[in-house]
Amino acid sequence: MLYREVGQFKTSYQADEAIFPIAQDRWFVIGLVIFAFLGVPLFAGQYLYTEVLIPVLILSIAAIGLNILTGYCGQLSLGSGGFMAVGAYAAYNLALRLPDTNIILVFLFGGVMAMLVGLLFGLPSLRIKGFYLAVATLAAQFFLEWAFARVKWFTNYAPSGSVAVGRIDLFGIPIDTPRNTYIFVLASAIVLALAAKNLVRSRIGRMWMAMRDMDIAAEIIGIRPLHAKLSAFAVSSFYIGVAGALWAFLRLGSWEPLAFDINRSFQVLFMIIIGGLGTIMGSFLGAAFIVVIPIFFNQLPSWLGIPISTAAISHMEFMLFGATIIFFLIVEPQGLARLWAIGKEKLRLWPFPY
Amino acid sequence: MLGPVLETLIGGLLTGVLYSLVALGFVLIFKASGVFNFAQGTMVLFAALSLARLSEFMPLFAALALSIAIMIALAYAIEFLVLRHLINQDSIILFMATLGIAYFLEGFGQSVWGSDIYSINLGFPTNPIFVLESIFPGGLLIDPTELIAATICAVMVLVLAVFFQVTRVGRALRAVADDHQAAQSVGIPLGQIWLMVWAVAGLVALVAGMMWGAKLGVQFSISLVALKALPVLILGGFTSIPGAIVGGLIIGAAEKLSEVLLAPILIRTFDLAGGGIENWFAYVLALLFLLIRPQGLFGERIIERI
Amino acid sequence: MRAPTAGEVLLSVDDVSLAFGGVRAVTGVSFDIRKGEIRAIIGPNGAGKTSMLNVINGFYQPQRGRITFKGQTRSRMRPYEAAIGGIARTFQNVALFKGMTALDNIMAGRTLKMRRGFFWQIVRMGPALSEEMEHRLLVEEIIDFLKIQHIRKTPVGKLPYGLQKRVELGRALAMEPDLLLLDEPMAGMNLEEKEDMCRYILDLNEHFGTTIALIEHDMGVVMDLSNRVLVLDHGVKIADGTPAQVQADRAVVDAYLGVSH
Repeated sequence: MLYREVGQFKTSYQADEAIFPIAQDRWFVIGLVIFAFLGVPLFAGQYLYTEVLIPVLILSIAAIGLNILTGYCGQLSLGSGGFMAVGAYAAYNLALRLPDTNIILVFLFGGVMAMLVGLLFGLPSLRIKGFYLAVATLAAQFFLEWAFARVKWFTNYAPSGSVAVGRIDLFGIPIDTPRNTYIFVLASAIVLALAAKNLVRSRIGRMWMAMRDMDIAAEIIGIRPLHAKLSAFAVSSFYIGVAGALWAFLRLGSWEPLAFDINRSFQVLFMIIIGGLGTIMGSFLGAAFIVVIPIFFNQLPSWLGIPISTAAISHMEFMLFGATIIFFLIVEPQGLARLWAIGKEKLRLWPFPY
Repeated sequence: MLGPVLETLIGGLLTGVLYSLVALGFVLIFKASGVFNFAQGTMVLFAALSLARLSEFMPLFAALALSIAIMIALAYAIEFLVLRHLINQDSIILFMATLGIAYFLEGFGQSVWGSDIYSINLGFPTNPIFVLESIFPGGLLIDPTELIAATICAVMVLVLAVFFQVTRVGRALRAVADDHQAAQSVGIPLGQIWLMVWAVAGLVALVAGMMWGAKLGVQFSISLVALKALPVLILGGFTSIPGAIVGGLIIGAAEKLSEVLLAPILIRTFDLAGGGIENWFAYVLALLFLLIRPQGLFGERIIERI
Repeated sequence: MRAPTAGEVLLSVDDVSLAFGGVRAVTGVSFDIRKGEIRAIIGPNGAGKTSMLNVINGFYQPQRGRITFKGQTRSRMRPYEAAIGGIARTFQNVALFKGMTALDNIMAGRTLKMRRGFFWQIVRMGPALSEEMEHRLLVEEIIDFLKIQHIRKTPVGKLPYGLQKRVELGRALAMEPDLLLLDEPMAGMNLEEKEDMCRYILDLNEHFGTTIALIEHDMGVVMDLSNRVLVLDHGVKIADGTPAQVQADRAVVDAYLGVSH
């Protein structure tokens, strides 16, 4: 009953096409954003920032990227880890060799380099589809993993193979405290999410979805497969690259190629499956799920008072992820985002049962 | 120079046979249900784990029999809990479900059987065999385990190929792969078919697990071997049993040869910190192949009509 | 019945042959379509009608023969080239984008007419937004015309067959085509739906002057709607003329009754 949209008439198509056409949604989201910027810093401690909020926000950006490619455009990719690595190492090399570059440009550069690599590995998508394409992206993943481990120039000839970054600041404000890092990442995530949302509801988004739903029919209305697929790869890789750079600089601080291995690729894929393929909101929900569950499991032994080995916990995580994926695929293939939408539907009538 | 290369080639071919074993499982399931079973690798690991652990406190034959039973039970569970609910769904959905199965099995397998490295003793001779000692000084080294595995694999391939082509059940399986709804509507019992196929694939996984386990020791990295089977499938075609063999041989050989021949060149040219080309060579090879001949050497061309 | 029009030739098919492996779908067919007319293509099942349409809009490349459209002659064409040239099409088995809403499907038909690039789409203010609104207006007119306002936000996968066909027609119309190819637009419809569809087709032709080629099995519809009729059987042309002429043609009657030649 609180969620009635009766009486809300759109008097223009513009209003009809707003991101949140229902007023309650708008207020909720605006409230959430204000709370995120102003409310959270009032009570959040270091742990919440570094272990929950920052990882979730950064991985959401990667999830949005993969969602664009796989959820909206239907091109399955198992190479997310590799593209994150490209973003991370590109950003690292730029920061290393041109030390005074503005940090935003550094991250954007990571995205652009990932975009170029993504275009390259996306070319095969013009000839191959479905699982075959997934294997092609695996080629990208393994090759990139290997390249960053072996080509010494990328890691600046580091003997150990791992690299590190120093203190980062933005226009003089240091981004070294958890709180500042959180604000920076939050702002980035919101801007990028907004851009993505605009893209997917535009002509370009329709083009992507057409390719996903029926690529043969898409050609008939004048969509060029080349253009659609490559643009999806480009935008997707850009997002994933930026996420990789953010992850490396702001979450890890120092890293080696293993941080971006095939498990990372699966992680991002699971996020979008569980969160909801083809939704922006789902990217956030899925990321939250994937990040929070392991933390939950890690705390479980102390809450229950039973000692459980870390190996056993990791096994339980695997089992839970596998089971959750299967559950969602059977029960609600459109993921958490759809459950959220259904929840809102029910809220329209609440507290009345019909 | 020729000696070591030949040795590498033979070693690669034999490894390739083992890849083929894993790929066979994929082909079976894909051919019969149109599902790309990402969990095949984990099934290999699970089977190997069962066998390894069981054989620690019972004779090998008993352990083998029990493992077979376990794999069949696994097929039941997968059909009942997962596949049954996803009939008529998009193949991408099914693929992702197998992804979920893979993750679940990995955690489950290691919870039940443990996550150390275990060994399988099949009673194979372990001393390397040396051949062609007259032509090459010292002779060429061949691992007898791999040789035996190759033979077993060849036999399996023959049996399965005949089964698919000739029997009524084989025909039914091909129908199911084409169109679930249509197959159901002509009275093919989908559930039973899938059960049988996954059980057979499970048994193939067991054989593969035995061979790999005997060679490498049973450990988690075996499931990564399964990922290697993907390039094999691309080369051979997803629906072809002989293709899985040929593809496996090519990938196995090419991989090992690339490490020996190509890697030194790359290391020198690009000043690399070591080789490890094996990790990606198979995939890039498969990728190039995809661009030239998407359906693989023996696969079927998909013509889309509208 | 409608008299043949006197317009100039819009599309001309010249000795086209198409085969798939051993199956000869179309053999040596020549005909033309005049501007502003409704041209029916009929024939028993398997006659090659859909294959003929597929050749016209570039899906299949014929082994022999040429197509001249708006004065340009080609022997090979890709579907999106056909789209750019002004040919739109509907399908026997509705080829809609099942994951998108009806509105989005029809808006997708405007893709070729929308120009604004990436940057403006991301920002979605100014030029991109006004472009989107401008096209939305036009699409809403099509939605009004086809009376599908009530389902515009419904994912088309959930719509009944008859409505899906209407949305598909809407998407084709959104392209503002010079030539509209309809493949069995009335298939699977009840009498009321058929009447509605007939009215839409006639309106399109009479008000907007759209040239239409349609494959249809319902003889009543064919006789009422079309200016000229082409008859195919086993991939070969067996009659070509006004509905009255074709109806009286011996060869046509035989083909439908299954008399072998």
